[in-house]
Amino acid sequence: MSPALELLKRETGLAWGRGGGPLVSVGFYAGVATLLPLATGPEPARLAAIAPGAAWTGLALAALLGLDRLFERDYEDGALELLALSRLPLEFTCALKCLGQWLATGAPLALAAPVAAIALGASPALAPLILACALVGGIAFAFTGGIGASLSLGARRGGLLTAVIVLPLFVPPVIFGGGALDAFAGHLPWRAAFALLGAYAAAAIALGPLAMAAACRNALS
Amino acid sequence: MIPAPAFLSNPERFMAFSRWAAPLFGLIALVLALAGLWLGFSAPEDYQQGATVRVMFIHVPAAWMSMFVYACLGVASFLALIFRHALADAAAQAAAPLGAAFTALALITGSLWGRPMWGTWWVWDARLTSVLVLFLFYVAYMALRGAMDDEAKAARACAILALVGVVNLPVVHWSVTWWNTLHQGETVFAKGGPKLSAVYLTPLLLMGLAYMAAFGSLWLVRIRGEVWRRRAEAALSRLARA
Repeated sequence: MSPALELLKRETGLAWGRGGGPLVSVGFYAGVATLLPLATGPEPARLAAIAPGAAWTGLALAALLGLDRLFERDYEDGALELLALSRLPLEFTCALKCLGQWLATGAPLALAAPVAAIALGASPALAPLILACALVGGIAFAFTGGIGASLSLGARRGGLLTAVIVLPLFVPPVIFGGGALDAFAGHLPWRAAFALLGAYAAAAIALGPLAMAAACRNALS
Repeated sequence: MIPAPAFLSNPERFMAFSRWAAPLFGLIALVLALAGLWLGFSAPEDYQQGATVRVMFIHVPAAWMSMFVYACLGVASFLALIFRHALADAAAQAAAPLGAAFTALALITGSLWGRPMWGTWWVWDARLTSVLVLFLFYVAYMALRGAMDDEAKAARACAILALVGVVNLPVVHWSVTWWNTLHQGETVFAKGGPKLSAVYLTPLLLMGLAYMAAFGSLWLVRIRGEVWRRRAEAALSRLARA
């Protein structure tokens, strides 16, 4: 098996097991989705109006959960130094770490997103688009989140810091995903917003690993 | 612009230059601000906005500076990251709180202006939201700087974060514009010349220059303070070793 596949298997396995993995993320997501009607009141009409947006916001928050351990664990036990020494470029290693994070938590969260939206009162016709947005947006969340996680290596209270760094980076994907869902619910053209979400995810895949590798080299220096 | 950083990259020359430049810029800022405020408050009231139009002379230059300071932060971070120049890093570190202050000033005065004009303190309009995100970027930068004990590592991590912001902020700005717009468009830098009458344009530009000079002065003072702090720490660690 090639080293890249081996590494992807390791990263996915670690992300899966890390602090409960997808179970904790999905549980947190369910918790956020439960708190919302408790806070706004249970009237179906009011809930249905904000259901897609609320499901989408909850997804962005849940994507933050596993990030604090994405690089930190390998940094603490020295595995990150070995990964930096390997024949694979560090940029590629960082990209695989984010891909593993997405496979282990982003994809299960994406499966939970339509359920949460429909439970809040969104139209079931919206479900396929929510799933697609959550899958594509999850990539953007994982790759921009990796930037925050790698930059806060070696900092005090790194987990909280990661969230502060990452949330401003989540602004464009949240807008594009929310815009696509809103447009679809209002029978307006939604493809442009969905394409922009995909473009942001592609840019995050292309540029994010450069920043992550630079941050890891700095932390290891 | 290019020769200036090269000339000032020598710390001795920088300290000699900033010793007289910082108070000079402060004086220029004071004179310009007094002239701008005088003209601004003696200008006739707007036919629609009444006296509240004078908020513009405080608000608009602050909004310009919030972006200009981020550009300075980006350039300084780039120089610090590529050339590992300590003075460039001190400049980036010194610029961040100033930029955050200008951004906060723009947000607060905008809110005070929005209440009588739009009938609301805050709306989720494109420009307001993107300035708020800019403020969050400054906060993240300062949080990252404060959370690391190793100064050399903090410097490079912050420089990377600032450059990520340089790439991301135009996308944020554009995405929020695409999302919603209520704030009026470009007035001063509009195509075909400013769409503002001279009684307002003159004090506005004076205030803009005053803000710029004030930033220059405060920036130099803060960089000087940072240089002195680093020298003191180096001297302390030499003492501790001896």
